Amino acid sequence: MTEQEWTPKIVAFCCNWCSYGGADTAGMGRFQQPASTRVIRVMCSGRIDPLHVFNAFLEGADAVLVTGCHIGDCHYVNGNEKTRVRFEFLEEMLQQLGLEPERLHLKWISASEGEKFANFIKDVTAKVKELGPSPLKPAGVK
Amino acid sequence: MSKLVGAVAIAGGGIAGIQSAIDLASSGLKVYLIESNTTIGGKMAQMDKTFPTLDCSMCTLSPKLAEVARHPNIELMTYSEITGITGEPGDFTVTVKNKATYVDPDKCTACGLCVSKCPVKVPDEYNEGQNNRKAIYLAFPQAVPRVFTIDAEHCLYLTKGKCGNCQKACENDAINYEDTDKEVDINVGSIILNTGFEPYDASNLEQYRVDHPNVVTSLEFERQLSSSGPFEGHVTLADGTHPKAIAWIQCVGSRSPEIGRKTCSSVCCMYATKEAMVAMEHDLDLETTIFNIDVRAFGKGFEEFYQKARNEKGIRFVHSRPSGVEVDPVTDNISLKYEAEDGSGIKHEEFDMIVLSIGLTPSESSKNLAQIAGVEMDDNDFVKTKIDSPLETSKPGIFVCGAMQAPKDIPDTVADASGAASKASSLLSSERGTLVTEKKYPPEKEMGDEIRTGVIVCRCGINIGNIVDVPDVVEYAKTLPHVVFAKEEVYACSTDSLEGIADLVREHNLNHMVVASCTPRTHEPLFRETLMEAGLNPYLFELANIREHCSWVHQNNKKEATKKARDIVRMSVSRANLLQPLYKEKLEFNNNALVIGGGIAGMNAALDIGEKGFKVTLLEKESGLGGMLLKFTHLQDGRTTKEVLEPLIQKVESNPNITVHKETELTEQEGSMGNFKGHIKGANIDEDIEFGVAIIATGANEFEPEGYFSYGEYSNIITQSQLEQRLDEGLDAKNVVIIQCAGGRNDDRPYCSRACCTVAMKNAIRLKESDPDRNVTILYRDIRTFGVWEELYTKARELGMVFMRYSEDKEPEVSEKTVRVFDHLMNMDFEINYDLMVLSTPMVTPETNELLAPMFKVTLDANRFFLEAHIKLRPVECATDGVFLAGTSQAPKLVDESVSQASAAASRACTILSRDFLESIGNVSVVDPDLCIGCGRCTLVCPYKAPELKEVTVETEEIVYITKKSEINPAVCKGCGCCAAECPTGAITARHFTTPQIMAVVKAYGEGI
Repeated sequence: MTEQEWTPKIVAFCCNWCSYGGADTAGMGRFQQPASTRVIRVMCSGRIDPLHVFNAFLEGADAVLVTGCHIGDCHYVNGNEKTRVRFEFLEEMLQQLGLEPERLHLKWISASEGEKFANFIKDVTAKVKELGPSPLKPAGVK
Repeated sequence: MSKLVGAVAIAGGGIAGIQSAIDLASSGLKVYLIESNTTIGGKMAQMDKTFPTLDCSMCTLSPKLAEVARHPNIELMTYSEITGITGEPGDFTVTVKNKATYVDPDKCTACGLCVSKCPVKVPDEYNEGQNNRKAIYLAFPQAVPRVFTIDAEHCLYLTKGKCGNCQKACENDAINYEDTDKEVDINVGSIILNTGFEPYDASNLEQYRVDHPNVVTSLEFERQLSSSGPFEGHVTLADGTHPKAIAWIQCVGSRSPEIGRKTCSSVCCMYATKEAMVAMEHDLDLETTIFNIDVRAFGKGFEEFYQKARNEKGIRFVHSRPSGVEVDPVTDNISLKYEAEDGSGIKHEEFDMIVLSIGLTPSESSKNLAQIAGVEMDDNDFVKTKIDSPLETSKPGIFVCGAMQAPKDIPDTVADASGAASKASSLLSSERGTLVTEKKYPPEKEMGDEIRTGVIVCRCGINIGNIVDVPDVVEYAKTLPHVVFAKEEVYACSTDSLEGIADLVREHNLNHMVVASCTPRTHEPLFRETLMEAGLNPYLFELANIREHCSWVHQNNKKEATKKARDIVRMSVSRANLLQPLYKEKLEFNNNALVIGGGIAGMNAALDIGEKGFKVTLLEKESGLGGMLLKFTHLQDGRTTKEVLEPLIQKVESNPNITVHKETELTEQEGSMGNFKGHIKGANIDEDIEFGVAIIATGANEFEPEGYFSYGEYSNIITQSQLEQRLDEGLDAKNVVIIQCAGGRNDDRPYCSRACCTVAMKNAIRLKESDPDRNVTILYRDIRTFGVWEELYTKARELGMVFMRYSEDKEPEVSEKTVRVFDHLMNMDFEINYDLMVLSTPMVTPETNELLAPMFKVTLDANRFFLEAHIKLRPVECATDGVFLAGTSQAPKLVDESVSQASAAASRACTILSRDFLESIGNVSVVDPDLCIGCGRCTLVCPYKAPELKEVTVETEEIVYITKKSEINPAVCKGCGCCAAECPTGAITARHFTTPQIMAVVKAYGEGI
């Protein structure tokens, strides 16, 4: 496979109530997007453990997206505020591992923001395409 | 009333009947759902997509069909008609004639063997006669009940005594040629009429040339677009090719007083736009033109949909009504003659296909039924109701809803249907629970030691099947760990497919199940219930979303979509294999309601709930009840608002179950359905409040058009509500100009405010009637007097009002005494003198919405109205359980619509309030005390205070000590799992989203990329 054909592999952790719904709404609105991303659903972004994110990288993800409800809109009052705190920790860890910051994103997407979800996938895919494969990728995975 | 019967008869099994039935049956009443066709589903089952979201109609409808089919308190009476009604409110006897189907429903397995042997071909009604069915048939694949019917009119055996093939073919001995019509009497307390509409028969109008094969009705076209239609979703001309240019003619059988069809059909502008848009999705080069009088995009999201169609999709909208279709005698080509909008005269244009947007008319059977029921009709043959009681017929105990009352679209029909259910059940509230049975599930089967997972991959018609290689995904699924069975389905959510799941579980001894279809946000409850019926715990189910997240967003990349579908299925199977059975607990709850907002919607909602015997607290931030309506003096029917409001306020204030707090607002709010806790603060009150459900009826305000059309600069420029006050005081203005869409349908407020055109007509008529010499000019973009209000527009024109269309890029220019407006048809500017100018301005949301939305964890839409759970089928519910919407808090509305929606919200709320207990969720988190170190971090992150540190005595072999351990209260836990992510020792398991489960998905992700 040549470099040009390479498509980034992205994992998006989505919360059931907002960002997963945003991805659904993208579908309902037929907002086309690159087929780079696989969604993992959790009930709340606050459930996402740094362990899950690191493992996604170790399994070969070129980027990981942590997504949830807008601050103030969390279905569980303020789960996403915990996500925000954990995310800062995650960013720091990744920096220490030497991973480019563009490989990890935190985004708030509501259930009505289908187009925003699709554009987010497009943007991240394009950015990571420039960066190339993640250095954490296990051998043999493209 | 001597006797009350806790049962309701519903005439008509379309979406309205279905919604009424579900509401009533879930509130403890027995329901008889009577439908003249062989299946329920009505017209919605024939739709391909629904506007304005282009949702697949069958996909949203079929879970409801299945819910009705499975509900223990709903008795389905299909192929049946009401022939008599006697008795009085509370105790009616309804005579139902049940037509012979010649197939024993208890024996028929719907295997379809009979169909292949039947030699008779009959035009298929479901596809509008565009292909054939057999004389023994099922109306459509998802039909409910799923039993075949013999069409006695066409069956060779029943008409001529020969053939008998189906009887020979049937392996279950289900065919019974001796079957006869039966008549049964049912005893009910109230009756709901909703037999809907009939599409207008365009063959009445010769000028439209329906005899030409390439002139089709909109319903025929809708079937052509559908993957289950006659051409598998490909729009097809008579010669088998596909059209390159299609035109729609609007208002065929609507807005035509000359043929006795005076009303606007409310839905055609949007369905034509939708059809054009979907057709263009199929063929990117297709040219589409919609010929219209006005584009009536008045509902929530419609104007935005219309603008998208026009500006982004390139659909051409022409404000002109062609007189008819012309057929070239030599070439047989079809064309339209119309007056160009730019004043350049008559145009002549050829099209490959012409679609007639046929209107909604009252059906003959509806008229008969109304006569049997003895309810009054209006002069358009719709059932007569009043603006402030839109669901009540002239006969007590008999209610009406949907398109039998006026032409209306699906969400309004669904709201009506819930509203009518509320009215019917108010009457019978003392009889709740007397005639119903509780749903029983088989005991859960033993899980065994081996994980045995089944996978169903759904084609969803063409929605998935045309993009994703479904057979490939099925074969791939078979190779995955623990998968012992995999197959595909055309619609996994159809009743037959769901019933088949129980057989699969038994045959293959499955203990975990994956369905790869659509989003769990809509379909998970349905499949979970199916698992329970199959004797499996509902939590052993997993949905793989290969539609919203895959086929719909990778429409141009089938290869990648198929690869992604494989990945999604692999990840879902890895998770499903680790799922554990979970159980719910019974919880106590508050069966009372809080209604926020004391306008017409809030008051009606409070009354409907109070009348059913539940306590209601009604909050109003102003000093008096009445809301926005207080600013207006008259209704469209000529009555004063005072006449309507005063008795209503009196009823609310004297109802013993309703406590009204004026000048009071909700300041704090937490908790969830059943156990909301809030704080109210007001003139005479400052206290905590607990309630089970909430209805948000905070209404809207008339926009102050500061900066638009010189408003605020000159004192003779006012708004509609100011005009109403001035009309009451006596007005001497001789030249009045009304400007529509002042401050609306623009970049700041892109929505149409729905009511303003009707309000403008009402006031224009008053202006003219109070002084016939007065000149009234109305400057408009589109006149949107939808439904029966079209008659006000007709009347206004008859009274001599001048109407001039302006376009948004050339708005009227206003100076102190004159307004300059560009007329497109004449291609010149006109100057009109005025001494009073009235601006029709949109409804805008109150600022309190911004405070309430986060309090209740509900979402506001782009225009800051509250967002409903589903735009078509859940119009009065929020995505958050236990929170409902009524009136203009959801979107701009007319008074009758607000009243109907208020009853709908009350009905939905009462399906919760009438329960004996609520159930906890199954996926609560638990603490392993052996691992817990009592650090208390879980107690800090939990917003519900579910984890609590408790003192425990720990005994080991060496020592005994006292320490603290966390314990999670399952009644309070909502299952977010934040505590599990926070716990430093891994002592907390977030059930159903455990770390091993999530990690298995992550690992499965890595295995295939």
